[in-house]
Amino acid sequence: MADSPGIAQELRRTPLYDRHVALGARLVAFAGWEMPVQYEGVIPEHLAVRNGWGVFDVSHMGQLHLEGPTAHEVLQRALSNDLDRIGDGEAQYTLLTNERGGIVDDLIAYRIAPAHYLLVVNAGNREAAFEWLAAREQRGSTVRDESGEYALLAVQGPDSIEQLGLADAPAFTHAMGAVGGVEVMVCRTGYTGERGVELMCPAEDAVALWDAIVERGATPCGLGARDTLRLEVCYPLHGNDITTDTDAISAGLAWTCALDKEFTGVDALRRVKADGPARKLVAFVMGEKAVPRHGMPIEGGGDVTSGTHSPMFDVGIGMGYVPAAHADVGSELVIDVRGRPKRARVVRKPIYTREEH
Amino acid sequence: MAAAESYPEELRYHRDHDWARIEGDEAVLGITWFAQDSLGELVHYEAPTAGTTITLGTSYGEVESVKAVSDVIAPLSGEILEVNEAVVDAPELVNDDPYGQGWLVRIKLSDPSEVAELLDSAAYGAYIAEQ
Repeated sequence: MADSPGIAQELRRTPLYDRHVALGARLVAFAGWEMPVQYEGVIPEHLAVRNGWGVFDVSHMGQLHLEGPTAHEVLQRALSNDLDRIGDGEAQYTLLTNERGGIVDDLIAYRIAPAHYLLVVNAGNREAAFEWLAAREQRGSTVRDESGEYALLAVQGPDSIEQLGLADAPAFTHAMGAVGGVEVMVCRTGYTGERGVELMCPAEDAVALWDAIVERGATPCGLGARDTLRLEVCYPLHGNDITTDTDAISAGLAWTCALDKEFTGVDALRRVKADGPARKLVAFVMGEKAVPRHGMPIEGGGDVTSGTHSPMFDVGIGMGYVPAAHADVGSELVIDVRGRPKRARVVRKPIYTREEH
Repeated sequence: MAAAESYPEELRYHRDHDWARIEGDEAVLGITWFAQDSLGELVHYEAPTAGTTITLGTSYGEVESVKAVSDVIAPLSGEILEVNEAVVDAPELVNDDPYGQGWLVRIKLSDPSEVAELLDSAAYGAYIAEQ
């Protein structure tokens, strides 16, 4: 018997699906969801976020709530960062790690109350993260998956906060607020390297919120621009740059790991830290015309984990793992672009910083 | 500005979304509006070298958008006389003007009888409507 590649998976749709279709979005399958990859085009959407503001439907992302007297303790053992560093109304980028120090998911933990945390996880890892935490629940804590009940809109760009009529707030904070008459949880977080917010609202309010934001002039942006924006600022993408087989130290995410506390995989991470990683995740810029892509080999033992064409620099950029000896800024790399060797150079992360422009 | 959808009458088309403008025993080749629209804004043209030969139905180069790379399939066979270096420098010319400034190569036909196998504008339009 042959296997059955023809069986189509039922794709999920966000509450904004009809809006995306009406705007002429190109829809693609992503992590089990039918999502807009672009409306007008990746490059104009990218530039709108760098120079003005844009709105992304990221309702496919998962929302897990952990609540109860032992919730804090459960999360302190499961997550790499130190939750004691944040209070109510604050948030933290952190990793869910396995026993080998590999990364089950990267996520943002929002402290709602001392015994109540919201974790916003990657769409493709929602089930894995839920099961991972459910298996580690203790008496006095419960994990709930409320992903289907909420919509999440990322509103990003230098003009975003003023255009929404919101008061500015420090990054990695959250508070309740209202946009266009819709009550939302306003999170000062994002995945673009720009000022901005992520707005969470009940699924039934999503269309009203989206319409209010688009009517004020935000450019609708798809997952294509989300990827080019995050790669210019070297935010890792789980499944590409970080996986269950890569560790935070090698990925340059040691700052998310409180190695002085006990959490899953901490011993493995302490060893990598002490010995120094064999390979490091570096950012690079192409030295000749070529677009690096995920999976391309790097000469001398390495591979590209993410690559694209940078709309800001009009050049191929990427990230990849290389032997530690080749990881210094300025190191010359040679990337195998479908059989053609193309020169690249290791650069400091992030590749793009706002101050330069 | 992206071009509006069109499939000019004077061109001939290949099902892999390439066009050919026949000029005596030479032809100018490019990709169709449909192809550039499917790819999105082009950011790279990996061009062949003048003097090399290309063969009907096989790849002679690559065009690449932010999101994807695609082989460019030869709609006819022949020797490459000229590569459009303007597109190498500014691949978005293909999006702006796929049948004009966005041409990719000029070839000398090695088998002019192949032209008869290509689709006309109406047949290609009907073909892509089924895609």
